Amino acid sequence: MQRRRTWFQVGRPLSPRARLVCAVLSFVLPAVLWCVVSYVPFVWHPQVLVTQPGSVNYLEPGMRMDKAAFLSAAGEARDQRKAVPQGVPANPIYLPSPDQVASAFYTAFTTAPESRDGQWLHQSLWHSIQIIFWGFVISSAIGVPLGILCGAYGAFSRLNEPFIEFFRYLPAPAFGALAVAILGIYDGPKIAIIVIGTFFQQVLIIANTTRKLDATLVEAALTLGTRNSQLLRRVVLPGILPDLYRDQRILLGWAWTYLIVAELIGATSGITWFITQQARYQHFANVYAAIMMIGIIGVGTDMVLALVGRRLFPWDRALVKNE
Amino acid sequence: MNRILDVKTRQLSYLEQSAPVKARFERLKAREVILNVKNLDKIFRSARDETTALKDINFATHRREFLCVVGPSGCGKSTLVRILAGLEEQSAGDVLLEGKPVTGPGSDRGMVFQSYTLFPWLTVKKNVMFGLEVNDHGALESERQALQWLQLVGLERFKDAYPHQLSGGMKQRVAIVRALATQPRILLMDEPFGALDAQTRARMQVHLLEIWRKIDITIVFITHDLDEAIFLADRILVLSAHPGEVQELIEVPVPRPRNTAQCFSPEFIATKARLEELIYSAETEDESDYPVVPRLTEAADNVE
Repeated sequence: MQRRRTWFQVGRPLSPRARLVCAVLSFVLPAVLWCVVSYVPFVWHPQVLVTQPGSVNYLEPGMRMDKAAFLSAAGEARDQRKAVPQGVPANPIYLPSPDQVASAFYTAFTTAPESRDGQWLHQSLWHSIQIIFWGFVISSAIGVPLGILCGAYGAFSRLNEPFIEFFRYLPAPAFGALAVAILGIYDGPKIAIIVIGTFFQQVLIIANTTRKLDATLVEAALTLGTRNSQLLRRVVLPGILPDLYRDQRILLGWAWTYLIVAELIGATSGITWFITQQARYQHFANVYAAIMMIGIIGVGTDMVLALVGRRLFPWDRALVKNE
Repeated sequence: MNRILDVKTRQLSYLEQSAPVKARFERLKAREVILNVKNLDKIFRSARDETTALKDINFATHRREFLCVVGPSGCGKSTLVRILAGLEEQSAGDVLLEGKPVTGPGSDRGMVFQSYTLFPWLTVKKNVMFGLEVNDHGALESERQALQWLQLVGLERFKDAYPHQLSGGMKQRVAIVRALATQPRILLMDEPFGALDAQTRARMQVHLLEIWRKIDITIVFITHDLDEAIFLADRILVLSAHPGEVQELIEVPVPRPRNTAQCFSPEFIATKARLEELIYSAETEDESDYPVVPRLTEAADNVE
């Protein structure tokens, strides 16, 4: 007799099929919710989109108004035996329907910028990606070596970590004005904010990862005659590499979360500029599309990096276990 | 002396050695001393108190001797071997390897740990090459020697496998040859078979003796398994707990070459009886900690 498999049992791994189903549902469920709110007229729809103004002179076709206000206007017209205004239930303009956002994914790229000196969407995106890239590279160039040194040597750790522990509580955007004063209004301060937002966490996380390296591996290396100066390169670094790589993937995600704040500093640029422009012209479908693009680029990069990591570290047990 | 005669009337004493065994021990003691431990103390100091882990340990090990160290849990046997390896510093006393004091870890003392300490990012072959490379042997020479060592433990087929692909017994075989590859004078083993299942462990014991017979290596082997100690050792160093002191250095009267059938031989049984007497007499107070379990079944419902 086959035992009934339950999906809700603490500590029990799901079957591969169940895992896939859950993963698909995690995207499908919010989408379904969005569809219901958008396409089922009696769910929410707090406004009315006027189709026929009728006799009410302040109404225009295409106008949105609160349901209560519309109903009282319509009631008044009916009482006076004049033409009754017509309308369909609608959601506020800031909640476009899924099909509008879906088509915006294409049209956002083909729509010319509203202002003459404006940028096309692909240019905005590319600019944002560059900001993230340089912010992350600069932060990593210092943060990764420093983190490893802090994790490996107590002296480095005590010399740096108390200060970093303090500094990481300072919100990166707070340095915006300072960054503009020092680095001008273009890309400099934006990259600086990403660096400030990432660097301090990076040092602490990587120091921690380094400390978690199995101490007996270091001891084994010592008993094999490894000199102290060789330990870092021959044992510590290769030993933490897969975890370090995983940390970097998570930190890259954090860098993205600082993007919007960073791009608002000085002259607004990149995807943030696109989003604020589109919101100003009430093209909310484009706004949603742009926000989702950030998510897609972020998750996409992470998935590619995860695949690359699997190739780079065939010995990594954490990966082997999941397969 | 009294005790020997007393035991002799009932059964064979562990102190009695047959002529070939006696001759073997004479030859063993005639060989040069490799490891000499003198008045070794180890005190762990914390902010509040200090614990004496080892107190006045003295012993000497001869070239190609197989020494086992046993003792009740908490007797500091692991601490002792870590001091010998140079991974921990003694509070007082000396460890002399071929007359020279040990000041830190080095490739003249190989070590095999209980936990699997193969480098997970290196293949089996590269693991064995590690010690050779850090000691400035060329890459080609290291590889040639590593393959020879792997052949010795029958793992050359797995030279390109990663450690996580090996079974526990295979991992420890690689760990042993990795430690031997730098040609240390002495091999320190800290409960190396403790994590293995009983069958694999028995096979590894036979295999280790085979390796030990064939190459010039002195072994100091920590274990809490008394059968294992008797099966492997020339001499057994018995430590007591709190503080760890040498109780006795027993010369195992079981003749060599050893085989698994010998564990029913009178010499084996006598040695084991002596070890149990030394080790478990110190632990008797523990037994009162186990309570008598009250009956929770019906009076007639008996299983024994």
